[in-house]
Amino acid sequence: MDEPIKKISIVVSKGSLDGIYPGLIMANGARMEGIEATLFFTFFGLHGVIDKKMDKIKVATVGNPAMCVPSAIGPGLPTWMGAIPGMSWFATGMMKKEMEKLDIPPVREFITMIHDAGCEIYACKATVDMFHLTKKDFCQEVDDIISVGQFYEKSVGSQIIFT
Amino acid sequence: MAVKEYAGKMIELDADGNLANLNEWNEDVAKAVAVEEGIEALTERHWAVINYMRKEFSEKGDAPSIRKMTKESGVDTKELYALFPKGPAKKAARIAGLPKPKGCI
Repeated sequence: MDEPIKKISIVVSKGSLDGIYPGLIMANGARMEGIEATLFFTFFGLHGVIDKKMDKIKVATVGNPAMCVPSAIGPGLPTWMGAIPGMSWFATGMMKKEMEKLDIPPVREFITMIHDAGCEIYACKATVDMFHLTKKDFCQEVDDIISVGQFYEKSVGSQIIFT
Repeated sequence: MAVKEYAGKMIELDADGNLANLNEWNEDVAKAVAVEEGIEALTERHWAVINYMRKEFSEKGDAPSIRKMTKESGVDTKELYALFPKGPAKKAARIAGLPKPKGCI
């Protein structure tokens, strides 16, 4: 039998709701299976752990040809309609309602849950410097701001997943 | 289907190694399964989680998610992972005589 996965490192690089959640769900799912997990937030993915931004994460409706209403098999939303003011707000509300039904928590609660489950959470130093952020701008679950080199050091023996 | 002895009883297991029949479960079976999962002694806190899971399963037909366990069992996430190391939802369900939880969260 093949060796089971023991350790994973997930990079979250996108700041939309659909960019952040997959990484969080995979990290939480790993911990639930007894797999060690590390989350590394970089570029706009940092919004998932910035204190003032993490409660306002939205679905990207512009330039998203897979956007359908009212469900994934419903008719496609013409891409230009994604740019109508309020569309992202509306789509986000719809999606959050469905997620709550599946017991998927809001970003802040999810981050706390994942951290409490023993997953380490890091912010990418290059982006933090580029965006002029400091440790104080992040939620308390962020363990440290680390360079890409440190990320690789911490990921020894891990499977790295980029989202 | 596999059959294995727990607490002096031959018990049928499903493909995941969880109890195939809910009614074959009793507290001694739970203790024996717990030992197999690396938990030598079930404390009052373990039982709080196990009993909550059994109650939830009998009402809803599925084992609860980690989020629900955290919110409703009175045991928070950190403690859940301390009580049932390496996978609280999966391990607690197995010890409680329930099938493996289906949800992703």
